[in-house]
Amino acid sequence: MTWWEFMVKNPDRIITALFEHLELSLLATLMGLMVAIPLGIYLTRNKKLAGPVFSVVNFLQTIPGLALLGFMIPIFGLGNETALAALFIYAILPILRNTYTGIDGVDPFLIEAGGGMGMTRRQLLFLVEIPNALPVIMAGIRVSAVIIIGWATLAAYVGGGGLGRLIMGGLAMSRPEMVLAGAIPAAILALLTDFCLGRLEMKLIPRGLRQPKQ
Amino acid sequence: MEIFVEMFNMKDLIIDQTIEHLYLTAVAVLIAASLGIPGGILITRLPWLTGLTLGLANILQTVPSLAMFAFFMPVLGIGSDTAITALVLYALLPIIKNTYSGISGVSPAIREAAKGMGMTGWQLLFMVELPLSFPVLLAGLRTALVMTVNLATLSALIGGGGLGRLIFLGLSRVDTATIMAGAIPAAILAIKIDYLMGTLEKLSVSRNKNITFSFEAERGISA
Repeated sequence: MTWWEFMVKNPDRIITALFEHLELSLLATLMGLMVAIPLGIYLTRNKKLAGPVFSVVNFLQTIPGLALLGFMIPIFGLGNETALAALFIYAILPILRNTYTGIDGVDPFLIEAGGGMGMTRRQLLFLVEIPNALPVIMAGIRVSAVIIIGWATLAAYVGGGGLGRLIMGGLAMSRPEMVLAGAIPAAILALLTDFCLGRLEMKLIPRGLRQPKQ
Repeated sequence: MEIFVEMFNMKDLIIDQTIEHLYLTAVAVLIAASLGIPGGILITRLPWLTGLTLGLANILQTVPSLAMFAFFMPVLGIGSDTAITALVLYALLPIIKNTYSGISGVSPAIREAAKGMGMTGWQLLFMVELPLSFPVLLAGLRTALVMTVNLATLSALIGGGGLGRLIFLGLSRVDTATIMAGAIPAAILAIKIDYLMGTLEKLSVSRNKNITFSFEAERGISA
């Protein structure tokens, strides 16, 4: 049996696993966003804190993903929460770093101009800094999302769901077609997400900053 | 506390698996470097290959790691060779990318000066471009190493050994001590290697700064 036949014969298994995978990845990325973007913006206001915060986050990122999953088990037990917690930690660094460099890299003249027009600090943030930094922030989100989709395949090993379950089952039963039926959709999902977010990244460049088409 | 006692009882196993983990990492990164550094140099010489090579390496990087290991299993079978193949493919991107950006980042003025002194293409490469791009190259190797230590934990799934074996064993037995016996050394290994490479990087940067500075100074005088 080829992987394709396996997928055709078990469409519900593949679809359930795919949706579980998407749900887990999306939740982890969203949680990462909610922490990393405000924190990144805050750090551009308090640069003294940036060094220590980045070294902690860098340290966490260096820990191998599988080890991180292992560390979460005594805390959360087996299940989706463990996977979610580990993936969430993994999602933070790329978004945080890009939010920080994006906001920090906004041309000071633009901020000055905004201030000269009488913008409040909040308006400066939402109307000048964030729009200008958005492509960079988006690039961070893209990196995070791809990493998360990749590591979410391991969620199965800590009792979570997702496409990893097919890979795990296939490896345990020595059924290559089942392994591939999990691995190929996972690879396609990651490539597709990367591609779509890459497109979105281009679209998010403020109109005034886009290179004129030649 | 009990966990640490249990871990201590597994110390021989931990040491064995750590050595195996290091072996996998070292072999994979060495192969990746011996392909990636010449590859990176080659694409600075052949601009039509640049987009293609970097694009391909980027796509390989996007493939989920467990999926990558799974793809190779039906083709190459079970064992550490399969694991090393997958690890090499992952380590290639940071090495190629950094070699490329390091070499193409060398200032054209410096390159011109070297040519003006009558250097051949090889001399230019080995005496000017490679030494100047060394810190960037090293940063690529650092990324590749940390990533490989990370991914090598998965090689246990396809019979490759390494610290992942203890983690997976612990997971299947739901035994925290065994999980930790794999996870803690793996984390320490990654952090140590990152720190070591970071120190090397800083050393090479400070050495290189002198080169650039002296060059700037000379240019200042002649102008």
